[in-house]
Amino acid sequence: MLVSAALWDINLNKMQMEIRIESISKSFGDVRALVDVTFDVNAGELFGLIGPDGGGKTTLFRILTTLMLPDSGNAVVAGYPISDYQAIRRSVGYMPGRFSLYPDLTVEENLKFFASIFGTTVEKNYELIRDIYVQIEPFRDRRAGALSGGMKQKLALCCALIHRPKVLFLDEPTTGVDPVSRKEFWEMLDRLRQDGMAILVSTAYMDEASLCDRVALIHQGKILTTDTPANITVTFGRPLYAIRTSNVYEVTRDIESYAYARTIYPFGEHLHYTDKREKPDPIELEDFLRGKGHHDIELTAIEPTIEDAFMELAETHSQILTQ
Amino acid sequence: MTYSDPIISVDKLTKKFGSFTAVNAISFQVMKGEIFGFLGANGAGKTTAMKILIGISRPTSGTATVAGYDIYKQTEQIKKSIGYMSQRFSLYNDLTIKENIEFFGGIYGLTSRQIREKSDALVEKLGLQDKFNRPISDLPLGWKQKLAFSVALLHDPKIIFLDEPTGGVDPVTRRMFWNMIYEAAYRGVTIFVTTHYMDEAEYCNRVSMMVDGKIEALDSPARLKEKFGVNSMNDVFVRLARNQDKAKVQ
Repeated sequence: MLVSAALWDINLNKMQMEIRIESISKSFGDVRALVDVTFDVNAGELFGLIGPDGGGKTTLFRILTTLMLPDSGNAVVAGYPISDYQAIRRSVGYMPGRFSLYPDLTVEENLKFFASIFGTTVEKNYELIRDIYVQIEPFRDRRAGALSGGMKQKLALCCALIHRPKVLFLDEPTTGVDPVSRKEFWEMLDRLRQDGMAILVSTAYMDEASLCDRVALIHQGKILTTDTPANITVTFGRPLYAIRTSNVYEVTRDIESYAYARTIYPFGEHLHYTDKREKPDPIELEDFLRGKGHHDIELTAIEPTIEDAFMELAETHSQILTQ
Repeated sequence: MTYSDPIISVDKLTKKFGSFTAVNAISFQVMKGEIFGFLGANGAGKTTAMKILIGISRPTSGTATVAGYDIYKQTEQIKKSIGYMSQRFSLYNDLTIKENIEFFGGIYGLTSRQIREKSDALVEKLGLQDKFNRPISDLPLGWKQKLAFSVALLHDPKIIFLDEPTGGVDPVTRRMFWNMIYEAAYRGVTIFVTTHYMDEAEYCNRVSMMVDGKIEALDSPARLKEKFGVNSMNDVFVRLARNQDKAKVQ
C-alpha cells in the first residue's frame, strides 16, 4: 500500500505539472525580450501572464508552442521537451493574439478544418466546445472574415479546443474587447479549467489577474513575481491611501509639492497615494491640501490592488536596472 | 468647474450602411474644456460616429457642428481645428522623432520657425533630447503614445479626439498619459476619448454609453453609478449592455 501510494504521488506530480519553464532567455539583436524566465503551470490551473505590451508575453508563447527556439533555458510542455515539436503541437491548443483563422472559410468549415488537421472530428469533442459554439452556431454558414470581433474570438477558441488539448495557450484574448465580452470570455475559461486543462493566458488588463488561480507579472522581459493574486497584493508592503476629490489635476500637482509624497496616481474615481515615511500622517496631508484651497478632500486607507503591486514592483525593478 | 459653452453639438446623427443602421439618431453636446468619454461595446457604432465628427465620413442624416463648423460643408476647417490619435495609427515608425514632428507640423501648415520652437519645447518636456534623431520604432509603446499625443496637439487644436489611446500601455505610463490629458484640458483643450479601461471612464467629466447605435446613457460617472445603483463604471457598462442583450432575446 505504502509503495503504491508513493508511486501514485510521483505520478500525480508528473501529471500535475503541464508547463515547466526553466531560465528561458531570448534576445532579438540588442533587445532582451525574455530574461531568465522561470515558472510552471499545473493541470486544472488558470494561470495569468500579466503585463503591458512589449513585455515579452508573445515571445514566451511562441517558444512554448514550438514556433521559436529560446537562446537558452529549457521548457517542458504537456510532458514533452520543447525540442519535441511534433508531440507538443498535437497536445496543445494555441490562440494567437492576432486573428488567425481562414477568413474565406465559413464558421463551420474552419472548425471542421482544424478538427481534421488534428485527426479528429467535431462530433467527437463537441461536448467540450458546446457552450461556446452554440453562441456562434446561428452564423455557421457565414465566412469567418465577416464575423464581429467577439464572434471571431469565440470561433478561434473553439478551433483551439477542438482536439481536446491538455494545455491551452491564449495570447491576449481580451485585448480591445469591451468589458461585457471580456467577462463572458473569462466565464468560459473558468469552465474549461474545471475540465482539468492547464490554461496559460496573457493579458495587459491588470484587473483580470484576480480571475486567475496564479499569475506571473512580466515587465520588460522579466518576471517580477509569481504567486496567487491575493499574495501579490500583500507584498505591496506599505500604507496606501485613496483620495477622493473633484479636482484631480490640481490636487495631483499640489501633492507632488508635498515634502513626504512618494507616489500619486489616478485610480478610477480616486487618487492613490503613498508616503515616503513608514508611518504617514493623513491628518497632516489633509491640512496641507486644505491649505492649498482643497476643501472637498476625502482620504481613506485602502488595500492595494494587483495594479498597485505591479506598478510598485516595476518601479523597484527599473531602479535596480539604473543603479 | 462648470462647462457651459458647447464645442461639439450633435443632433439626430444617423449613419446607415445598406439596411444596417450603425449610428441611430444620436444627439449630445460636448462642452469646451471638458473631458468627454465616448464609450460602448465593440461594434456599437463609436468609430463610425467618431469618423463623422472628424470630417472623414458623411452621415446619412442628422446634423452636427464641431468647433463651430458644419460636418457636411466644412470638413476641411474641422480637420484644421482638431487633433486626432488612435492606438493603431499615430506616428511613422520609420521616421525619426524630428522628422515626424516636421512632417505633421508641415501638414498642419505651421511655419518652419513654429515647428522648430514647438519641437524644442516638446522634446524637452518629454525628456527625449537624446532620442531626437532616432526612428520612432526604437521607442517603447508608452513613449510613442505620449509623443503622438503631443504631436496631435502641435497645431493648438480646440478639440483632440483620442481613439483608445492607452490600449496595452503599462500602468505607470498609462497614468502619465492621463496626466497629459488633464493638463491639456486644464489649458482649455476639449478631450473626446474612447477607452475599454473602465477606470479611465472615471477620469472623464462626463461619459456617454453607446449600445447598438444609440446613446443609452450620458452623465458624469458619479451620477451614472448612482442611477444604476452600482459601485463602478464597469458595472454601469455591464448593466447597460446586458439589458440590451436581454431585450433582444425577448
